[in-house]
Parts: sequence; structure tokens; C-alpha cells
Amino acid sequence: MSAVWSISKKELVSYFTSPIAYIVIAIFILLSGFFFYSLVWWFNTQAMQMAQNPYYFQQVNINQMVFAPLFHNLSIILLLMLPVVSMRLFSEEKKMGTEELLFTSPVSVIQIILGKYLAALVVLLAMLVLSAIPTIFTFIHGNPEPVPYLLGYLGLFLLGAAFLALGLFWSALTENQIVSAVLTFGTLLLFWVLSWAAYSARGLWQDVLNYLSFFEHFDGMTKGILDTSDLVYYLSFAFFGLFLTHSVIQFRRWR
Amino acid sequence: MIETEQLTKKYGDLVAIQNLSFKVEEGRIWGLLGPNAAGKTTTMRILTGYLPATSGRASVAGFDVFEQAEAVKQSIGYLPETVPLYPEMTVESYLGFVAEIKKVPAARKKAAVDRAVQIAGLQSVRKRLIRNISRGYKQRTGIAQALIHNPRVVILDEPTIGLDPAQIKEIRDLIKSLKGEHTVMLSTHILAEVKEVCDGVVIINEGKLMASGSLEELARSFSQNDGVYLKLDRADGEVLNLFRQLPGLKEAALDGAEIRLEWPWGQDLRTQVLKLCLDRKLEIKEMRSLAMNIEELYLRIVSGGMEQ
Repeated sequence: MSAVWSISKKELVSYFTSPIAYIVIAIFILLSGFFFYSLVWWFNTQAMQMAQNPYYFQQVNINQMVFAPLFHNLSIILLLMLPVVSMRLFSEEKKMGTEELLFTSPVSVIQIILGKYLAALVVLLAMLVLSAIPTIFTFIHGNPEPVPYLLGYLGLFLLGAAFLALGLFWSALTENQIVSAVLTFGTLLLFWVLSWAAYSARGLWQDVLNYLSFFEHFDGMTKGILDTSDLVYYLSFAFFGLFLTHSVIQFRRWR
Repeated sequence: MIETEQLTKKYGDLVAIQNLSFKVEEGRIWGLLGPNAAGKTTTMRILTGYLPATSGRASVAGFDVFEQAEAVKQSIGYLPETVPLYPEMTVESYLGFVAEIKKVPAARKKAAVDRAVQIAGLQSVRKRLIRNISRGYKQRTGIAQALIHNPRVVILDEPTIGLDPAQIKEIRDLIKSLKGEHTVMLSTHILAEVKEVCDGVVIINEGKLMASGSLEELARSFSQNDGVYLKLDRADGEVLNLFRQLPGLKEAALDGAEIRLEWPWGQDLRTQVLKLCLDRKLEIKEMRSLAMNIEELYLRIVSGGMEQ
């Protein structure tokens, strides 16, 4: 465990001494702040109009009108930005030759993978926590329901964790960071598109495509429903990504 | 301390090393010599557990490289061909990180870093970013990294490549200071380095073992006798006859303008030869050893002049 932590610490030093982490976090905060602001503004005008009619006024729900769309927007931004976070994890070691140091140390490949993954998760957590700060004001000035709010952030975290595991896998395959990022991004887009394909599919195909799509599983959480099958989906996706990373590294060395 | 048996590595159809068997004794400095692409780096990568061998066995510090990989990795310090540095870290934090992944206990980590900094002479740059230090210091940091956990075996892949002459000397002195406490194997194609630093060599070419042993053993296997070439102010039959009276001398012959004197290995008649010259008022212009120098030896061996 201490070896995992040593690797993580080193990765975090790398993230935070290079501009990457700062830029990714700053842009994420900026965009989430923009979306949050415009959603709240839209919600205000809507709520004013709905207040004219007692029936519609029942329908006013800050969770559904502000947070659910905010989480959906953020999930797409994560899709665009997390490949940048994961791209360097193994690619850079390979390019710099430091891979040889890691793999000739008495540390297992699993520990190296977990250490790197953990560091990327910390960056993800920092992105989410910092971007959540403005949303706390809705609790001060209003009364949103906390459960769907928290589940939404949990969903974003799980979604991001799955993205990062996939990114780690591609990063282990190439020494070029750009290639690694583009491949991650491309695969993520493919999974996103699956959910569109699911609309036009029928029967079993629809179920399969829906199950594979990232965002189907995310939907429930923004509504405050925690379904174990969604949790299982994200965790198994992340596990599968890490497992493939391990296989790739072993294969490349034993070939 | 380091031993290989019939070690073979193939990359697909390409044979990198083939049936390599050699042995390095404890506390010695051994050179791994060969032309470019001879398989030096591959051999070292197998010994350090970075690459698996296709067949054969290797052991380091008594542990099998394949079956007890973790114990082997724990007892080896390794400087790869490209020095594995993280430019965004300081020398000190980098060495601290290496100490952690080499499983130096947390309580001893600081002492280990201090010791490595001192051995490698990094005191003046220990707080600086690796990105900003000179090439020589980077190389030293690489060596410090290899020594951080006080390993029994140190493997250095071309430790002096790309350095200026002063830096090369410093690194060589550093390597020489490791002798006794550590068993060192270093790869190089600089022959002067081998002569200065190493006790013995393993010479490989195109993945095959050409020769291995101490420098003296190799020299012996090439000529039956030890001896000198002597250049005097005169060289004729009379002088030769004078030398032939020396007890123990096996042969005295004219070789161009020089006189070749040979005696069996293990004796040394140099003093007697000098004394004779002084007594007979023969003026010595030059005297050099008959034994092949390392350059000649290497060229003979690599061109396949020796069956081992």
C-alpha cells in the first residue's frame, strides 16, 4: 500500500508542477460556473412566470431544473477534458525512459497502476469539489434536495473514474501523449454515440446499447435514484480498464 | 554474484543474445564489452528483471532472476542507458521517491538520501530541479539513484556516455570507489574505461559470448609468454647473446629495430633486463610490454580470433 501511495505522490507532484492540472481544473471551474450561472438565471425567469399559476408553481423544482442539466453538461465536459489528465500517465514514463526505473523496482505492476490511477482520481476530485463551491449558495438561499445533488456528484465522479481508467489503458499503449489523448477521446465519444444509436434500435439491441452507454447509467443518479446496477456498471468499467492496462503492460514486456 | 547460464533472448525472429553463460564474482567490477547492437543492453535488462529471457537461467545475489524477481530487484541498483529522471522533481525529492519504491524503510529514508547525495557528490545541487542541472550532475543523480538502497549488485549501462573528459574521470573514480562493497557490472565500448576501472570483462558480439575473464587471464590465453619489447641504441647478435644468458629467459629475438624478450607468465625479468643494460652501458630508448593491450585484445576477440 505504501508503494501505491509513493507512486501517487510522485504523480501528483508531476501534475501540480506542470501547468496541466491547473489549466484543466481552472477551465473546468470556469465552464461549470458559466453553466451554473446561466441555469440559475433561466430557472429564475421560469420560476417568476410559473409563480403566476398555482398549478405550474407545484412543478418548480431546482433539482430538476438546475442540477440535472448542470450534471449532464459537466459530464460532457469531463468527457472532453479527462483524456488530457490521463494521457501522460504511462506515455510520459515510456518516453522519458523512467519506465525502466519503475519496472526494475521491487514494486508490482498492479501497485504502479493503482498509484497512477489514484493520482488521476485526486485530480478529478479536485475538479469536482472546486467546481461545486458556487452551487452551495443554492442551499443557503433555497432548499434543493440534498440526495439527488450528492448522488449527481457521485455519478460524475464514477463517470470520470471510468473515463480515467480507459485513458490509463490507452496511455499504456503509446509513448505519444497526443495519440493517447486522441484515442481516449475517440473511444469515449464512441460510447456516447451508443446512447444515440439506442434510440433508433429495437428490442434486445436497444437494451444492450443502452446498457453500454455511459450516460444512461448517469441519468438515474441525477434524479436521486441510486441503482446498484449503475454502480456495478461504472465500477466494472473502471476495473476492466485497469485490468486491460495491466494486460497490456505485461504483454509488452513478455512479448 | 552474477551468473548466467545459456541465456537467450529473441525478439520475434531477431536473436538479441544467444546462449550467454558467464560469471561475475562478488566485490569485483566487471565490464560488459561489445560493439553497438551486440546485446549489452538486452543482457542488463534481463539481469535487472525488466525483460524476461526467452530461455536459459540467470541469477543475481543468489536469487533466480525469473523466479525470485522481487528479491533480485531489491538487491540490484540499476542505471539504464537513458538516465531515468523526472525533470520536474528536485534531486532530493527524486532520490526520496526512488528510496520509497526501493523499499527503504521510512525511518532510514533521509539517511539513505544523504548517503547517496554524498557518494555521488551532489551536495551543491540537492535542492535544485533536475531539469536545471548539468548533464554531468544528471548522470551522477542516476548513479545516486542506483545506490540509494545500498544494493549488493550495481548494474550500469554506459555510465560515462556523453560526458566531457573531466566528468568521465569523476564518474570513473566514483565507480572505482564502489569496488569491494558492491559488485558492479558496467557496459561500455570505451576500452580505456575497461582498463582503468574493471577487473575483468565479458565480451559479446552479435549476441554471442566471445570471451570472459579477468584482463590478465584474457591476455594469457592469447600468448604463451609474458615479455617486453626493448629498443636500444644498438640491436645486433652480440646484444641478443648478452640477454640470452639471463636465467629464466625463454626467447630473445630481433623484431625489426626492437629486441623481443620473452619469459613464462608469472615471472618478471624486467629488473634483470634493466640491470643488464646498465652494466653493459646499453642505452634504453623504449621498453613496452609484450602483452597485447586491451585494444588489440578486443579487436582480436570481436573479430572471432578466439574459441572459448
